[in-house]
Amino acid sequence: MGAKLDRAASGTANYVDERTSIGGFVKFFARKIFPDHWSFMLGEIALYSFIILLLSGVFLTAFYVPSMTEVHYEGPFATMHGVEMTEAFASTLKTSFEVPGGLLIRQIHHWSALLFIAAILVHMCRVFFTGAFRKPRELNWLVGFTLFVLGLAAGFTGYSLPDDVLSGNGLRIIDGIIKGVPLIGTYTSYWLFGGEYPGVDIIPRLFTAHILLVPGLILALIALHLFLVFLHKHTQYPGGGRSHRNVVGLPLFPVYTAKAGGFFFVVFGIVALVASVFTINPVWNYGPYDPSPVSAGTQPDWYILFVDGLLRMWPGWLFGLPTEWELWGYTLSLNIILPAVIVPALFFGIIALYPWIEAWATGDRGEKHVLDRPRNVPVRTGIGVAFIVFYVLLVIEGSNDIVANLFHLSLNDITIFMQWAIFLLPPLAFWITKRICLGLQRKDRELVLHGHETGTIVRYEHGEYVEVHEPLDAQETWLRVSYENYTPLEIEPERNDHGVARNGYRWDRFKQRLSRFYFEERIEPVTPAELEAARHHHGGASAHGKSDAAEAESADKRLDAEWNELDGDAKK
Amino acid sequence: MHAIARRRHHRAAPLLLVLALLALITGIAAVAAPSTAQASTEASADDVVAGERLFAANCASCHGLDAQGQDGVAPSLVGIGAAAVDFQVGTGRMPMQASGPQAPVKPVQFSQDQIEQLAAWVASLGAGPAIPTADEVDPALGDPANGMLVFRTNCAMCHGSIGGGGALTQGKFAPSLLETTPTHIYEAMLTGPQSMPVFNDANITPEMKRDVIAYLDFQSNGSPGGLSLGAIGPVSEGLWAWLVLLGLIIASTIWVGARSS
Repeated sequence: MGAKLDRAASGTANYVDERTSIGGFVKFFARKIFPDHWSFMLGEIALYSFIILLLSGVFLTAFYVPSMTEVHYEGPFATMHGVEMTEAFASTLKTSFEVPGGLLIRQIHHWSALLFIAAILVHMCRVFFTGAFRKPRELNWLVGFTLFVLGLAAGFTGYSLPDDVLSGNGLRIIDGIIKGVPLIGTYTSYWLFGGEYPGVDIIPRLFTAHILLVPGLILALIALHLFLVFLHKHTQYPGGGRSHRNVVGLPLFPVYTAKAGGFFFVVFGIVALVASVFTINPVWNYGPYDPSPVSAGTQPDWYILFVDGLLRMWPGWLFGLPTEWELWGYTLSLNIILPAVIVPALFFGIIALYPWIEAWATGDRGEKHVLDRPRNVPVRTGIGVAFIVFYVLLVIEGSNDIVANLFHLSLNDITIFMQWAIFLLPPLAFWITKRICLGLQRKDRELVLHGHETGTIVRYEHGEYVEVHEPLDAQETWLRVSYENYTPLEIEPERNDHGVARNGYRWDRFKQRLSRFYFEERIEPVTPAELEAARHHHGGASAHGKSDAAEAESADKRLDAEWNELDGDAKK
Repeated sequence: MHAIARRRHHRAAPLLLVLALLALITGIAAVAAPSTAQASTEASADDVVAGERLFAANCASCHGLDAQGQDGVAPSLVGIGAAAVDFQVGTGRMPMQASGPQAPVKPVQFSQDQIEQLAAWVASLGAGPAIPTADEVDPALGDPANGMLVFRTNCAMCHGSIGGGGALTQGKFAPSLLETTPTHIYEAMLTGPQSMPVFNDANITPEMKRDVIAYLDFQSNGSPGGLSLGAIGPVSEGLWAWLVLLGLIIASTIWVGARSS
């Protein structure tokens, strides 16, 4: 039986291989080496939640009607009896209450959408803090960033499809932001909505974007993203034997294929569990869209909250001047485009361009395949934490009414606090993080030079005390000494010997300033000479102390034994 | 004197005293407490008198003995009607414990009879809305679908889409309606307590008010999708996505990663 099966399998494989020459590819992929660490699976979470989104989304399209034609509800849900609504909303209710398993699939779809963006962000943080975006991976960082933006677009277009009051309010805000853009805003809004908001075109258009355009782009970019991962090879955490020229790990087949395949079901299982226990987006509470009502607690899904936070935080008046201007009969809504367009664009722009910014500061053109420990790049780690604090503050401001209600605070006080905190807390977070990183680096130096404390203290006959230190083993030492020690860039002078100004001096000076910001204050890794000197000085005393301590201990035991013997004799 | 003093110091004296007091209290209670059989919605003259006494003892320090109110302290109660008293005292909001942005719900301080007596006295000061009848607030007689439409046009902007509550300015808030009794919901619409506007019968008819009550009552069936996470919208959903969903999954990546081959 077994032999028969084997023959059938190899026969099939041979048949396919002879016609496609796929064997080489399979061998290449199966033997591809990947390093092992739990944090390398964060991107997988995003990939798997996207697969869940595709699967559940296909189910939902079977029942969803992307139409704004008015109907009267005739389904079983009591609070909607006879209510006028669009077909889009009616079909969403039908999916929820009449299609078997429909509500569960809807909730799986929405929960995995929230998970998709959260997983992308966490994966981005891992890549950022470990420096995995450095050469040659800058372009892949950009691809990943684009995936993040497309994820937001997928989320927003899908959020609006049920055509309920909540998402309609969100759409109205988007319409307001678009109209706030000078010159082209109003035209763009008319073009997008097919006339004055809301019109009857927007739902079918969003549907096309949500099920075809955006997922198609995401799928293509995921393919590119993974292709580049294979091309560049995976990065690895620092350790003995790991260099920028090798990858230490296990082949993809069989261990990682089993792990990754199994992990998909873990993710799917947890999403299904959460979706079957917790309600998400209860559109039956919000009711069909109508431009007049707005309910308390009207917020976008969490990933758009930061824009809401900026809008809520932005003052109408700044230093006695209004932030909305009327010039020659045209309204210039700085109070909308600054918080909702300009600030997010700057924030996202810095994130997208970060690999290049850091490369200017280091001036390093080598390929980096070994990751950084976050402490060894204090300024980058500080910038990352400052960005996270900035983002989280905006999210909290975006939910200021919920926060006010939950903690019995004044809504107005929260907003005023946030208006100051958004300027003060991110720099403070940067400074604290940088200090912590430098402190950890100093601790590493201490450990390498002096070894682990053993808690054993030896006193010599002449009265000297010596604490015994255990020197670090090779792996421990390697981890703490092998990091890039960048120093601020040195640049050529502004003028040459003949006093002629040099082209490109200003750009060099900018890079030098940036470099100083990064590397002026740094903890140098322990050099082999320093280590040797420390071993010689300390290691000697320590080693002496260690042998003396051992000797003293055995002498102690001997005395104890003798004493017990004498004690026993006396008792007799 | 000596004999009396000796009797007073008798060992049984404290016990007798306690028994005598208990008998006295029981007797007074038996006489004073109105029997439930006699209770009726019609306020009697006795109720008004008793209400005035209760008012003088518990409310007058802020609202004044004549219930005319004091500037910046407490409003005049002339003409607010029995419904307002039943709502404010019946939900424990009044008497107010401490001054603040808003009087919060707290344990009710009076019995329903005492509340009705207070309401009777306040209603006697000037005409105002009466406490609604049982039929007027019966959710079974309302249309929840129409209630949904009325609610989201008039109520949801403060109380949230199904009455989960929401924040107002300067520490004030619209409370959750999910635990409020139908009578109190009706009275609140009628009298507009605190920051709430008055929805009189011309604005929202009594039938529409009952529809709103039916809509809110429908929410006690729970959410069809599972636990409602406070019914406050996408913020709590996002928080759960991060803490529970992503949290569980990252915990499992660490578990999978820890089983290194």
